Amino acid sequence: MRTLKFLLQKEFRQIFRDPSILRVIFIMPVIQLMILPWAADYEIKNIKLSVVDHDHSEYSRKLINKITASGYFELADYSNSYKQALHKVEHDEADLMLEIPRSFEKDVVKENKAKLFMALNAINGVKANLGGAYLRTIIQDYNQEVRLEWLQMPRMNVEPTIQITSSNWYNPLLNYKYFMVPGILVILLTMIGSNLAAINIVKEKEIGTIEQINVTPVKKYHFLLGKLVPFWILGMVVLTLGLFISWAVYGIIPLGSYLTIYAFAAVYLLTVLGLGLLISTYAGTQQQAMLISFFLMMIFILMGGLYTSIDSMPHWAQMITKFNPVSYFIDVMRMVVLKGSGFWDVRYHFIIMFTFATVFNGWAIWHYRKTS
Amino acid sequence: MVTLDKLSKTYNKGSVLAVDKVSFEVNKGELFGLIGPDGAGKTSIFRMLTTLLLPDEGSATVDGFDIVKDYKSIRNTVGYMPGRFSLYQDLSVEENLNFFATIFNTTIEENYDLIKDIYVQIEPFKDRKAGKLSGGMKQKLALSCALIHRPTILFLDEPTTGVDAVSRKEFWEMLKRLKTQGITILVSTPYMDEATLCDRIALIQSGKILSIDTPQNIVDAYPDKLFAIKAESIYYLLNDLRAYTKVKGCFTFGEFVHISFKDKSATNEPELLAYLKEKGHKNIEIKAVTPGIEDCFIRLMTEETN
Repeated sequence: MRTLKFLLQKEFRQIFRDPSILRVIFIMPVIQLMILPWAADYEIKNIKLSVVDHDHSEYSRKLINKITASGYFELADYSNSYKQALHKVEHDEADLMLEIPRSFEKDVVKENKAKLFMALNAINGVKANLGGAYLRTIIQDYNQEVRLEWLQMPRMNVEPTIQITSSNWYNPLLNYKYFMVPGILVILLTMIGSNLAAINIVKEKEIGTIEQINVTPVKKYHFLLGKLVPFWILGMVVLTLGLFISWAVYGIIPLGSYLTIYAFAAVYLLTVLGLGLLISTYAGTQQQAMLISFFLMMIFILMGGLYTSIDSMPHWAQMITKFNPVSYFIDVMRMVVLKGSGFWDVRYHFIIMFTFATVFNGWAIWHYRKTS
Repeated sequence: MVTLDKLSKTYNKGSVLAVDKVSFEVNKGELFGLIGPDGAGKTSIFRMLTTLLLPDEGSATVDGFDIVKDYKSIRNTVGYMPGRFSLYQDLSVEENLNFFATIFNTTIEENYDLIKDIYVQIEPFKDRKAGKLSGGMKQKLALSCALIHRPTILFLDEPTTGVDAVSRKEFWEMLKRLKTQGITILVSTPYMDEATLCDRIALIQSGKILSIDTPQNIVDAYPDKLFAIKAESIYYLLNDLRAYTKVKGCFTFGEFVHISFKDKSATNEPELLAYLKEKGHKNIEIKAVTPGIEDCFIRLMTEETN
């Protein structure tokens, strides 16, 4: 016990003497939490639209006005030919082009139907997808208006129509920050935990201090525990800081209890730190440790359900996410923050996270050798 | 105290033989030197004896404990000072010492008498970070940390490499004082002049032991008469001496060239002088010298390679 106390004292001294580590631990989360949620917005705005209007009629102008008034589109170009508009797309000056045929107004009025042509720049798939969908909705809306104007609607609609009204549970205003901020907080905690732990032991290997420690009677688990506890405490401090920023900047107050979040974070940090320690027992230099940890983080983050929904991944990818600790914590965070879930609701998450923590830490202790 | 029995270590899956069936014994209270050039296998031997490295073959005991089976007991009783400064550079002198005292379950006060002589020299800087100390002071701190748990055996791996001449001298005096406290000391060094400061030495080259004895005995065992020659142009002198058939060994030694002859004929010296004069050398100076450890080492080394 006394040994552990002094190992911890030593670690804390070293951490607090390294101003760059302190900066990373405290300033990085603050800045990231302040900036990232604003940038990680799924709504696509300012889609550059190029219109080829062959009709030049009142109806076509009305349509264009309606599109630009929506706020999603920005009329980048108003050209005379398809070729010219395509040229704009090629030069990345337009994302989307809409061609209005010559007889648009006439067809609408006389034949009760008209055709429009839409071409999308699919290099940015998300933008093309959403832009196309937005435009389609606007045109449908426009269609409705035209029909109202021209057709004397019977009191009862001839064709049955289904009207859909939806309400967004747990996040009524669909404020994306409510689900992004808790997720980003998880990512921060993960990066700080695994990177710091991974680098720390390797640093001792690099500067040779581990040689001196290895010839002492210090026990393996004492040594690893001495590395784990300080970063665990720091992780909890970062979590507190992050939750404070979520409240102060984004007004996010978890519907569930803070206690659930802290309890889960406690187990989660053990997992991430264990993973870091495991990496450091395999890596020989800080560079190796950084690269391995970066590679894993990349997969964990992209497959963690923060940016893309896990449910829409192919089945095999969903199986991989089952081994991704990050996805469980993001899930729990969102459940507790948005839905108000309690301990009982996330019990399976707890069990799985405990298993992860045991496996990673056990593996690290088993693999760490004082003799080469 | 320390016994090695045909200890071997290979690296890179057996392709590099670092330590080749090394056997020797170190007695209690002895100051034993392992002398050899860089890459001779000194550090590998030290790392095996301090349980940091597993041997491939052979066995060794330290203080009666087997280095493979009883590694835990060895870690309690030995003090090890690696060749590279391995203390925490971001902790102060006192914090380092305190830390190592604690992990050995002791305190500075308990063993202060043992390190007193050494520690008083760095005590004025006890609040300074270890990384900011000068080379000599780092050495003293490392020695203090290795001694703080009163080890029975002290392993010092090239403690004087990269340390200035004055600090080196001081360091060896410190070792002598530690010896009087009954601590067995095993020290390695690439400096031949330090060999005479040891009680017994082992000369090592390419993982093999060339000779083990007291420095005096090793010097006395030098079979030939040794001469030192000097002339104006040392380069041409060396070339001509190598071309001279009666010369057995010949190598530069400072401003002199040390040579020995193949036979013990008394006419060797004047004949050589005449030969050199004929070759046009000026200011030739020749004198008989007593061989040093380096002469012995070079002779043993050339014999080994032949």
